[in-house]
Amino acid sequence: MISTRELTKDFVVSRTETVHAVRGISLDVEPGELVAVLGPNGAGKTTTLRMLTTLIAPTSGTAKVAGYDVTTHSSQVRRRIGYVGQGNGAGHSQRVGDELLGQGVIYGLDRRSAKRRTEELLESLELKDLAQRKVSDLSGGQRRRLDVAMGLVHAPGLLFLDEPSTGLDPQNRANLWDHILRMREQYSMTIVLTTHYLDEADSMAERVVVVDHGEVIADDTADALKRKLAGDRLHLTVGPSNQSRVRELAAQLPGAGEIQVDGDQVLVRVADGPAALPILIGAAQQNGVPVATAQVHRPTLDDVFLNLTGRSLREADSNGKAAA
Amino acid sequence: MTTLIASTVKIDAPAIGRRSLLRDIGIVMTRELKPVLRDPFSLLFGMIQPLFFLALFGPLLAGSMGGSLGGGVWQWFVPSILVMTTLFGTSTTGANLLFEFQTGAHERMLVTPLSRSSLLIGRALKEMVPLFGQAVIVIAVMIPFGLELHVDGVLVGLALLAVFGIGLGAFSYALAIAVRKQDWMFWMVQQTFLFPLMILSGMLLPLETGPGWMQVASKFNPLSYLVDAERTLFAGDVWSSAVLWGWLAALVTAALGLTVGIRTMLRSAD
Repeated sequence: MISTRELTKDFVVSRTETVHAVRGISLDVEPGELVAVLGPNGAGKTTTLRMLTTLIAPTSGTAKVAGYDVTTHSSQVRRRIGYVGQGNGAGHSQRVGDELLGQGVIYGLDRRSAKRRTEELLESLELKDLAQRKVSDLSGGQRRRLDVAMGLVHAPGLLFLDEPSTGLDPQNRANLWDHILRMREQYSMTIVLTTHYLDEADSMAERVVVVDHGEVIADDTADALKRKLAGDRLHLTVGPSNQSRVRELAAQLPGAGEIQVDGDQVLVRVADGPAALPILIGAAQQNGVPVATAQVHRPTLDDVFLNLTGRSLREADSNGKAAA
Repeated sequence: MTTLIASTVKIDAPAIGRRSLLRDIGIVMTRELKPVLRDPFSLLFGMIQPLFFLALFGPLLAGSMGGSLGGGVWQWFVPSILVMTTLFGTSTTGANLLFEFQTGAHERMLVTPLSRSSLLIGRALKEMVPLFGQAVIVIAVMIPFGLELHVDGVLVGLALLAVFGIGLGAFSYALAIAVRKQDWMFWMVQQTFLFPLMILSGMLLPLETGPGWMQVASKFNPLSYLVDAERTLFAGDVWSSAVLWGWLAALVTAALGLTVGIRTMLRSAD
């Protein structure tokens, strides 16, 4: 569905400064995949998406989207993709129904099918009562659902979503995702989305592509990334004089990694936390060390990012440049 | 529901929508007109300034130079007001596009198969419609006050305004695209051009009594020719050379505006 080779994008900011927003991204997406591109602000996610959706031309490298080259056959690409940008696709001074209908006509549907399609989408995205409303009068959640509807009018085989749920409260985010996943099922769409919400990439995407400084630094399922790049952690609270003893015991655990002592806490990195925890507690008790509390910490994608880059995604976000 | 979807749109892109520029222009123009048609009163907002000029400046003009203008002040001033309405309405229209840059609607349209030039041409052509509506209101309001109506002249006059309005509208959109990253610039540039163009056209006060340099400057202002042509047309003289100059000014403005507009639109995604 998508195939890029060494895709780059430079922005000339001034005569002396060029920003290398994307530095050689090679990526393949198969039909039917749901891929999240994750990274801090300024990592190059949006720039990559804008190249794939024909909005901006790559500086070098190639990208094929839905079978066509984005530079030489951009109009073929445009017919086959749906795009939900960071802003609102529907014009604020327009009415909801008018914009959906117009979008259908733009993609070449005749008026009757465009009308039928508008009604279907209004119905399935819970916008039916709002058809006559002005877009500017909708709430944030409603507007975002309308944006998604606009991207789906022509039932594209490939849908790009640029930070679809940014700015929505948790309830509206969950609701939007229900709709997106249902639509995906209905049209067997391939979906590529960008996000800087870790939990979103974690729970929704089947594949996570981690991007930093314009490069892909990891690409796998969320589970595999966490298993390979972060691992589980055991947290044990033990008596003040027993840390060193526990540290020795922990080192003998199968798949034990880095061990840290922090006050009366012992932190152990292991491959399989739930299996390792009872072994460690048992060993401690056999050695007469009482364990006050014990828990397994499953890694998040933030841990993955931290291990890959040495920065947490949140830090990277606040230090990063504005999204290019 | 699922069956409906399957029947309407199993998208096979090459088969659907053979694209033509005219169809695209039609789509863009229709979309632009929707808010106007849904809310016709919005037309009146664009007329507030010209109507004030008409109501407040008109009587002053009549008092101070009514005698020298001949043929009644309204016969002289109503064509001015129509040109002014066109100037105000179409030179500000870029702000709508600027707003669509900010909200994301323009970006959405750039990813659709609509041709880039239709996004500009459709918008510019739409300018004709509010302009006609406003002109008809002004003329209708002024007839009871003694405006003589020469139907043929008025119709040609409106057509002339429409062509000029398309050009000026296209320039306004080009300006909006050019300053999209510093949007405050839009109003600054628009205002900077607006008043010199207006005053140096002889629209408000005749330039014959002004200093020589102003008369020279007005020769380089396309609006001067438009104002002269409109006055001639409203006096019922359709075949005068002033009208021909007016057409030339309007057509050149439209051709330049569309050229510049389309060129900026092609680069509007960066």
